[in-house]
Amino acid sequence: MPQIRIKDYASEARIFHARLFILTIVILILVSLLLGRLVYLQIGYYDHYATLSQKNRISILPITPVRGLILDRSGAVLAQNFLAYTLEIVPDQADDVSALLQELGKLIQLTPKDLKRFAHLRKQRPGFESLPLRHRLSELEAARFAVNRHRLRGADLRAHLQRHYPMGSLGVHLVGYVGRISDSDLKRIDRAVYRGMNYLGKLGVEASYEDILRGRAGYEQIETNAHGRRVRLLDRRKPHAGKNLYLNVDARLQAVAEQALGARRGAVVAMDPKTGGVLTFASTPTYDPNPFVNGIDEASYSLLRESPDKPLINRALAGRYAPGSTIKGFLGLAALESGRKASKRTFCPGYFTLRHSRHRYRCWRKSGHGSVDLQRAIVESCDVYFYDLAAELGVNKLYEFLTGFGFGRYTGIDLDGEKSGLIPSPEWKRRVHKQPWYPGETVITGIGQGYTLVTPLQLAHSLSFIANRGFGMQPRIVYAIEDRADKLIKPLKPTPSDLNPVKNKQYYEVVIKAMTDVVHGPAGTARRIGYNAKYRIAGKTGTSQVIGIKQDEVYIEKNIAERHRDHALFIAFAPVEDPRIAIAVIVENGGHGGSTAAPIARKVMDFYLQKILPQKTLGVIPSATPAVAKVKKGRLGRGLSGHKRQRSHAQN
Amino acid sequence: MPRTDALHIDWPLMIGLLALSFVSLFVLYSAGGEDMGVVIRQVLRITMAFVVMIVVAQVAPASLMRWSPYLFIVGMILLLAVWGVGVIGKGAQRWLNLGLFQFQPAEIMKLAVPMTLAWLFAKHPLPPNLKVLSLAALLLGFPVALVLKQPDLGTALMIAASGLVVIFLAGMRWQLMGLLTLASAAIAPLVWSHLHAYQQRRITTLFNPWADPLGSGYHTIQSTIAVGSGGIFGKGWLNGSQSQLEFIPERSTDFIFAVFAEEFGFVGVSILLAVYVFIVVRGIYIAYCAKESYTRLLAGGFALTFFFYVFVNIGMVSGVLPIVGVPLPLISYGGTSMVTLMAAFGILMSIHTHRKFLSR
Repeated sequence: MPQIRIKDYASEARIFHARLFILTIVILILVSLLLGRLVYLQIGYYDHYATLSQKNRISILPITPVRGLILDRSGAVLAQNFLAYTLEIVPDQADDVSALLQELGKLIQLTPKDLKRFAHLRKQRPGFESLPLRHRLSELEAARFAVNRHRLRGADLRAHLQRHYPMGSLGVHLVGYVGRISDSDLKRIDRAVYRGMNYLGKLGVEASYEDILRGRAGYEQIETNAHGRRVRLLDRRKPHAGKNLYLNVDARLQAVAEQALGARRGAVVAMDPKTGGVLTFASTPTYDPNPFVNGIDEASYSLLRESPDKPLINRALAGRYAPGSTIKGFLGLAALESGRKASKRTFCPGYFTLRHSRHRYRCWRKSGHGSVDLQRAIVESCDVYFYDLAAELGVNKLYEFLTGFGFGRYTGIDLDGEKSGLIPSPEWKRRVHKQPWYPGETVITGIGQGYTLVTPLQLAHSLSFIANRGFGMQPRIVYAIEDRADKLIKPLKPTPSDLNPVKNKQYYEVVIKAMTDVVHGPAGTARRIGYNAKYRIAGKTGTSQVIGIKQDEVYIEKNIAERHRDHALFIAFAPVEDPRIAIAVIVENGGHGGSTAAPIARKVMDFYLQKILPQKTLGVIPSATPAVAKVKKGRLGRGLSGHKRQRSHAQN
Repeated sequence: MPRTDALHIDWPLMIGLLALSFVSLFVLYSAGGEDMGVVIRQVLRITMAFVVMIVVAQVAPASLMRWSPYLFIVGMILLLAVWGVGVIGKGAQRWLNLGLFQFQPAEIMKLAVPMTLAWLFAKHPLPPNLKVLSLAALLLGFPVALVLKQPDLGTALMIAASGLVVIFLAGMRWQLMGLLTLASAAIAPLVWSHLHAYQQRRITTLFNPWADPLGSGYHTIQSTIAVGSGGIFGKGWLNGSQSQLEFIPERSTDFIFAVFAEEFGFVGVSILLAVYVFIVVRGIYIAYCAKESYTRLLAGGFALTFFFYVFVNIGMVSGVLPIVGVPLPLISYGGTSMVTLMAAFGILMSIHTHRKFLSR
């Protein structure tokens, strides 16, 4: 029989209160225990722990990793590291920092800039950290310091790896450079990742592949004595070196391109159309990146910055130019795709007029081409044919086709700072200019003028769609990544461009035949580079109008005439049957695409396809007609209310 | 007679809790590297926790008692769910992702275990007989085992402590307790062998932290140095070199007491301890005043568990207890545990402010 108990409230309360009392006593005992411990730590052994905290501390010293190398496709070194000595000071270890600086000044040359930078660092960093005072000491200076070291407490030499670009200015816009981590860099980077590092990639591949090149810092945990000197090593974790990058770019080809451009301002972009691998990525003028590594001096920098040639601009990547007639091949495809027969003829009397308008849009050939079909229109670059085509397709179709080939949008190249260019649309004009779209603007878009802007990179990329007969690849500077630990070279996978232009292969053959005749035909605008070529080239010349000078540009008489000249453009791929190179050349103020830009493309292709080094003279052929489609200044603007002619070029 | 507040707020408790929250913001600003964002997030958490507390305080203890077993069942289901997910995912699993937010079911158990035990004991005459005690042992043992499996030693300990306190307060006989102590001493080696290696190391480290100063001993050594170097008056707010130079690991969460002790010294530490003791004593007083088994067991349980948290955390930071992941209540940075804690205080307030209507 279960025992039945009744709740006895009085007894329960008594038990509870007794237990509560016991626990309260326990609490009081435990609190006194804690207090006792704290008295022991904070009062009894205060001196001991204060000493531990201040002097006998365990410090963690980062070990800088070796930055990855940058090499061209055949292994030529474009960026490397070499050992340099840096004089560093730990302010906490010095008895008197200003006296120390004075002593050091007698042994080693210290510029006011060095001292200023050191003072600046000293304000920002804790006193137990080693701060750089002078970089790149000479052997003599290093030796002089070593002899006197015993009386220079707080100062020490440290061997650093210093970035160096052995090819100097070659491909500077492509390779880029590293620089000291600046205050503004500090705001955006993860400081923990950069512990122990003084440089980071600022431009080009150095910047875009920073995460891969950088590597990971190791560290040493050391115990230091009361004077802050290292007592013993407790733990060490090895740094991980950054990975090496192999580029698609061929340094020799790059040199050929840069030499071909010579003293002119311009850009050459060549890619392998099948992989998107960028073979050459030249922008001139170039400059030497090496002074930037440790901070270029103000005078040299302003010289570069103020130069009217704007060497700092990466023209290949961010230079925006009107594509001019180079766009005609793409529009030819648009014509075929939208149902126009290749044989359909347009009569060119030397000008074009829109219905209900008397304004004349002129062809570059005043006397007119007569009756032209698509083939002849591309070969001889007849403007009227394309005025007519543009008017027929309408601006929306133009926009659709041109963006379908990658114009007006980012190519997705693995370099930061790419510009998207511009393919205008009525919607864009309404949004940006708050104005309606005029029919005349459609007409001039048909010959690549007006608002249309493209980059040399885009031209090469879009051209690869034609070269490949229907597909394009995203441009890639880096070919492969090499892990230093396992020496494994891992090629990156080529990425197709996610675009959907004209699919029908026959349309491409029609346009490619015409573009081949541009180079090899008797009336082609680039026939001067075709007649002696050992392989077949398909190309298209173009001219980009330059109008006016920028408002903030200084008026320099000697320059003005040249600066008003048109930009010369040329795009080409070769061999026609199985293209291995697609190239876009722009020569600023170069005049005619056929005479200025095309020979540069030829030199690059010769070298790439036949390993022929360029000769000074390529031979001169008699010139019959000016081989460029060109609309002269002043002809366009009239009748186009709202269309602003004043267009600045790449340097805006 | 104490006056009855319309909002069921117990002002002495409220003032103590507000004082702690205030201190928390100052310490966090320093420990978080002078980041206002951390402080603002903590303000939001504190506000939310206080709202929860006040809402809970409105619920009459009778309702709480009715709900206790259900809360326990829900908590168990969630714990089992987490355990299941953990088994599948093959790793430590503490969180349940509910889509909108993550949720740690073990937190519910911090409340549900003492509530359910109090409910169980209140249903039976006290002191409890063996049958009731065995049931209590099961109700305590299951959730603790599941949390231990996660593995979360800190939370498991806290849940165990809250249950044991309630069992002790219920009047478990001394002979029985003596017997159990002997038994547990006997099985201790068995438990030891089941602990994770890192958990074992934390306990051995306690006896000789310098055996491995950069490994398992690092936390203890650095936090002891921080506390000790604080001295009588401390190094001053934002001036603790151990804290600011990042020698102290997890200085915003579990080791925040080290930052406080370094910067405010023995004086500051004594005042902080006084505030904690004040809150605990107030909780004990509420338990003392409670007239029903359920309410007083629960009030006593919560008050003493709260003290347990404080003691374990400070003990761990000052190097007298092994390192277990127990935050310093109301000061450490972190959300979930603060909400549960404040819900417990809400229950304490409810118990104290509703007792007039319940008294016989």
